[in-house]
Amino acid sequence: MRRPRPTVGAVVAGGALAGVLALAGCSSDGGDASTARTVGGGDQTLVVFAAASLTDTFTTIAHQFEADHAGVTVKLSFAGSSDLVAQIQEGAPADVFASADEPNMKKLTDAGLAAGAPVAFATNVLTIVTPPGDPAGVTSFHDLAKSGVKVDVCAPQVPCGNATKEVEEATGVTIKPVSEESKVTDVLAKVTSGEADAGLVYVTDAKGALAKDAHALAQIDFPESSKAVNTYPLAAVRGSKHAELAREFVAAVTSDAGQKVLRDAGFGAP
Amino acid sequence: MRASVRPERTVAPRLPWWLVAVAAVGIAFVVAPVVVMATRGDWASFWSLVTSASSLDALRLSLFTSVVSTAVCVVVGVPVAMVLARTRFPGLSVVRALVLLPLVLPPVVCGLALLYAFGRRGPIGHALDDAGISIAFTTTAVVISHVFVALPFLVLTLEGALKVRGTGPELAAASLGAGPGRTFWLVTLPSVAPALAGGALLAFARSLGEFGATLTFAGSLQGVTRTLPLEIYLQRETDPDAAVALSMLLVIVAVVVVALVHTAGGTRNFRRGLAGSVAP
Repeated sequence: MRRPRPTVGAVVAGGALAGVLALAGCSSDGGDASTARTVGGGDQTLVVFAAASLTDTFTTIAHQFEADHAGVTVKLSFAGSSDLVAQIQEGAPADVFASADEPNMKKLTDAGLAAGAPVAFATNVLTIVTPPGDPAGVTSFHDLAKSGVKVDVCAPQVPCGNATKEVEEATGVTIKPVSEESKVTDVLAKVTSGEADAGLVYVTDAKGALAKDAHALAQIDFPESSKAVNTYPLAAVRGSKHAELAREFVAAVTSDAGQKVLRDAGFGAP
Repeated sequence: MRASVRPERTVAPRLPWWLVAVAAVGIAFVVAPVVVMATRGDWASFWSLVTSASSLDALRLSLFTSVVSTAVCVVVGVPVAMVLARTRFPGLSVVRALVLLPLVLPPVVCGLALLYAFGRRGPIGHALDDAGISIAFTTTAVVISHVFVALPFLVLTLEGALKVRGTGPELAAASLGAGPGRTFWLVTLPSVAPALAGGALLAFARSLGEFGATLTFAGSLQGVTRTLPLEIYLQRETDPDAAVALSMLLVIVAVVVVALVHTAGGTRNFRRGLAGSVAP
């Protein structure tokens, strides 16, 4: 009874060890492959870290880029800009970083991780979204301060919330929100579900939601949004193994074709 | 089972070396990330970071909602566990699977489900709204989220203990003339008290760490719905040091609570309770 058990255990442990060794082998293979990048005709993978609000546009631009560059695969990773910067600082293998705001790009440049000066490639402004039919009768930015109107906004710590605060300060309107979300998607979710009477999101977020479902929400643009124009910067990451390709991707985003994709999604010119 | 739950009474049998080796790896796997995170914290400013108004509000709210949620879990969970463990009806296994669903659902999905049910447009929320009660964006919504995700932990723990214990004492009590109510209060409940304490602790721990369902269903507003995990998530956007400090605060709170329950409940009884939860 006693003998077989340790044997089984040893086999399992041995298997686990073999697995670990295999993994270790994989990673060193990866290193070899990337150092051999100069070999002509070899397939290359460009890793692009982009703000979550760029999901649709950058996916399209990446497809165009792949079509123009044979043998190149663009791997996209979308998340909050601050998450992405933190990942790059921790050594994530990004070749290009596109931020939804300048403070997060500044973190990258301050850390000496940007190759060259960041390029502004798009702008975004806030808009009011309400559930379809606008049940609370919101027609202007000032209406958001009315009592009884449940307004959901982004927290001041995140770009859309910072923009909200700037518009409030510029207009003297004080919104008392029912919630301050960390993500635009949470504001959208609470408005489309009818929980909140109104929310403040970026024009591109509202447009994106309407593109998926034309009856998801109502969009009310307001002139005071120009008080807080958010600029999207883009930079190649220092130490990239595909520095030339990274520069070309930056160029592709700022090219006419890239800009058209962004403009169609509601982004403003930089 | 018995021997393993009372190691202090018997000479512990020697374990195979490989079991201990894998156990060491397992323990290190859990402990190492937390320790490494602790070394990354800005300990010089730890105190000022965790005593900021927003941190204290978040801590207070987290403790309050977790305590209330645990109480609700006990009040609701004990009857659920009793029904699951002590009754037989067609579809019992289906009901059990459904009750335990929040264990496998991603918390965000739990939040969405709650939003659809209790939201202003949902069937329950709509009726409450007509009655002048609004749940969304309130502390009540936080408690509902916590109870939803934490209840299965208490039910599972208690149901396991009830099944292991069998119904002998209850049948004896009944034969001596005790009614179902009296039997429940005087025989069943005391016999599973350690398991109840263990289950309540698991529910409390789950409440304390709850994030996804709360964010999706309740929102995030300082002092109202922004619990410690939500505050950590938000702080990370601008101040990773503060986020690490708050994470350590959450770790400390969790450790203190576990230690308190261990001491108050008696270590051995408590261990028996948890052991009961593991048994089928």
